[in-house]
Amino acid sequence: MPRVKSLHVNGRAHRLDVDAGRSLLSVLREELELTGAKYGCGEGQCGACTVLVDGVAVRSCVTHAGAVAGKRITTIEGLEQNGRLHPLQEAFLATDALQCGYCTPGMIMAGAALLRKKPDPSEAEIVAGLNGNICRCGTYPRIVQAVRLAAKAGGGRARD
Amino acid sequence: MGTTTAIRTKTYVGERIRRKEDPRLITGTATYVDDIQMPGMHHASIVRSPHAAARIKGIDAKRALETPGVVAVFTGADVKEVGPVPCGASLPGLRVPQHSILARDRVYFVGHPVAVVVATDRYVARDAVDLVEVDYEPLPAVADPERALEPGAPAVHPEWPDNVAFTYHQEGGDVNKAFAGAEVVVKQRITSQRLIPTAMETRGVVADWRAGDKALTLYSSTQIPHLLRTLVAMMLGLAENRLRVVAPEVGGGFGSKLNVYAEEALMGFVAMRIGKPVKWIESRRENFAATIHGRGHVDYFELAANKDGTILGLKLKLIQDLGAYHQLLTPAIPTLSVLMIPGVYRFQNVFCDIVGVFTNCVPTDAYRGAGRPEATHGIERMVDILADELKIDAAEIRRKNFVRPDEFPFATATGLSYDSGNYAAPLDKALEIVDYNRLLEEQQQARKEGRLVGVGISTYGEICAFGPSPATPAGGWESGSVNIDPTGKVTVATGASPHGQGEETTFAQIAADELGIDIDDVVVVHGDTAIVSYGIGTFGSRATAVGGTAVYFALQELKKKIGTFGAMLLDSGDVSYRAGRCICNKTGKSVSLSEIAAASYRAMKLPPNTEPGLVSTCFWEPPNFTFPFGAHIAVTEIDRETGAVSVKRYVAVDDCGKIINPLLVDGQVHGGVVQGLGQALFEQAVYDETGQLVTGELMDYAVPKATMVPWIESSHTETPSPVNPLGVKGVGEAGTIGASPAIVNSVVDALSHLGVQHLDMPLTPERVWRTLQQHGGQA
Repeated sequence: MPRVKSLHVNGRAHRLDVDAGRSLLSVLREELELTGAKYGCGEGQCGACTVLVDGVAVRSCVTHAGAVAGKRITTIEGLEQNGRLHPLQEAFLATDALQCGYCTPGMIMAGAALLRKKPDPSEAEIVAGLNGNICRCGTYPRIVQAVRLAAKAGGGRARD
Repeated sequence: MGTTTAIRTKTYVGERIRRKEDPRLITGTATYVDDIQMPGMHHASIVRSPHAAARIKGIDAKRALETPGVVAVFTGADVKEVGPVPCGASLPGLRVPQHSILARDRVYFVGHPVAVVVATDRYVARDAVDLVEVDYEPLPAVADPERALEPGAPAVHPEWPDNVAFTYHQEGGDVNKAFAGAEVVVKQRITSQRLIPTAMETRGVVADWRAGDKALTLYSSTQIPHLLRTLVAMMLGLAENRLRVVAPEVGGGFGSKLNVYAEEALMGFVAMRIGKPVKWIESRRENFAATIHGRGHVDYFELAANKDGTILGLKLKLIQDLGAYHQLLTPAIPTLSVLMIPGVYRFQNVFCDIVGVFTNCVPTDAYRGAGRPEATHGIERMVDILADELKIDAAEIRRKNFVRPDEFPFATATGLSYDSGNYAAPLDKALEIVDYNRLLEEQQQARKEGRLVGVGISTYGEICAFGPSPATPAGGWESGSVNIDPTGKVTVATGASPHGQGEETTFAQIAADELGIDIDDVVVVHGDTAIVSYGIGTFGSRATAVGGTAVYFALQELKKKIGTFGAMLLDSGDVSYRAGRCICNKTGKSVSLSEIAAASYRAMKLPPNTEPGLVSTCFWEPPNFTFPFGAHIAVTEIDRETGAVSVKRYVAVDDCGKIINPLLVDGQVHGGVVQGLGQALFEQAVYDETGQLVTGELMDYAVPKATMVPWIESSHTETPSPVNPLGVKGVGEAGTIGASPAIVNSVVDALSHLGVQHLDMPLTPERVWRTLQQHGGQA
């Protein structure tokens, strides 16, 4: 099995040596100590493990490390820029769009990816864009509010 | 004396205060169990039964043990000294199966733990599970509770061939007289299907044994760290003071983590055996198969009434699917249903029989609402069926039967005392918000156009704030400690360990107001038995009403002591405390809380009969439960072509007593409604006839997602509870309890002109479409 020796995560290259077939989620969490992305199902069904790869939301639990070598990976830990929260993180605070918080990192990453693609999404586009992410606390109405608020604050222009 | 601190006049209670918890959660820096790493940590993975019923003829772990990295495999034979998984509920004549943490000679449900593999690497442990060879002799199984009651059905536990774990009877008034004198009787079989709680964080445990100290620390994703400590210590034969339980960040519970699980004791056992820390993280499939399920009712209702709609009495035969074992509260859950079966209505004649039935399924237990959604769904469906029978408006028939505002405290036929209420108030408000009369006209117009539009009302009442200790299995009080540091900063410790409810914020609001200080000067800690002396936990919508009240009373004690020190420092016999300062009423001189705190710890001089320091603890025992209520209205439309239900409007008017933080209360309502909607429309745990869990993963079990949820219009009335000085009642489960009948009543209403009287949940497109075909309502 080929090995992956380097991953570009949150703006810098990380040296490592892992099996290319390992899930990106386990590499992030266990090798790079980036535990923000969460295990929810391991089958790409819940979205708790969502990270950005070249700005696009992917399920890190079903993405092999080998498939993302050389690409730009952003996790929830890398969303903050120069000590400033991403507009979507700010919007989650303002709307209290979370309860237990377990789905939140994945939800924010899915929302950030949506805003990159559609800086001013309609409500239907937001709902559709977040439909792969489960929040069992049922905070969807506020998550939708948060994405709209972040869009108004220029969240789609934020770097990642 | 310094007077630099600004007088603070604003209060926090009642305000939309942002959550203190959120900054760590939105940055991915919170620590859940799986985020814990320890030097030398090993990993466990569990061998589970693929059969619903089987005899274990042998277990061969040789190949697993030969795998590099595997350090141990333990089976039922190895854990004989570990005590059984406890059931905290006691009912007369309850049959309690022996519940070993690993199966001995038989397995009773798919997912039953059989062995544990321990390895240095998580993936090695998981792979080696498949190398443990278990020789099973499959046996006949039964998964349906009504089928389990039939003569000749397979016996889940051979010693009890009738599969009956208990029967329980509750009655009040004279139901025979009520039915004999009734002008109308309506009957209906109503089910509340099995549900999978599906907390987004699965269960997980890290166990850390320090042999030198003979001390075990258990990090577990639990709602009840203290009860877990007491019970796991007993299971492992450890002195309780040698076990520390930590509930770190907990990613949702909904009742499923209000329990003591085999794996929690098992990880303690493993850590003690291997002398290394060990981590076990449940997979989602394990979570579906081996963490408790909720609901699982088949209810036979009869309602007696007069033609004017006055309800006279109710009969209920309740069949509860218990699963194969009793978990912590399994048999107690349906008893809550019968307690609350009168709902918000005045009738005084009730006759209920419960049959608790063993099935070859994972046990049921408390799931958000725990017994009350089943009761509310039943009574609210029956009231609608009665209204339909008598052609009385659904709002009108409810108003006619409500307990009246001047009847509180109201003694129910089931022995409860409803604390306070004004049941018409939220109904009137909800009707006004939806513009009910116009809505009904629009519905008629829609019908003329061939559209299927329904309006559904539910007026629910619930029992919360568990509860007086004599009526609660493990004690119903809660602890609150307040500790003011020498620098004047405040730490609140609560025994009500939260997992998303926001008590770090609401309890800080209470403390900041009582002490007249900034909320940022208050920190709320919880979830660690080494920090909080004891506590019960967060469940049953109890945390604020019981735990918040304990904090409130601890603060009152502390304020007395602050006053005593203040009086000494000001050399005055006439002082008052406000806005963070103790003030001499004669001279106007004052000292700040910080100055008082410093003096109390420095203790150069002490007031008479006063100890140094500013610490206070209260264990508060509630005199009664609280009884929140509300009215929910759902407007739905059915797609004739597909049977799909869309919720056009959802209005929730909830009365949870006094509101500490509207931001959090509305969040709880949203979440509760979404879960109730999930039960009404989408969710069902399905076991096939052989006891295989067909809905074993998220592909097959429909948890609501963003596209499936309507906008929820949330509003409130505020009727304070007299049970506690905060006047709060509880709100965590309200939405779940109110939602399912509102939605089902709405869908049945949409179909009522076709002759449909009832539909069982979930109202999937297929079920609704088939109903349409049967009733000639096809497109």
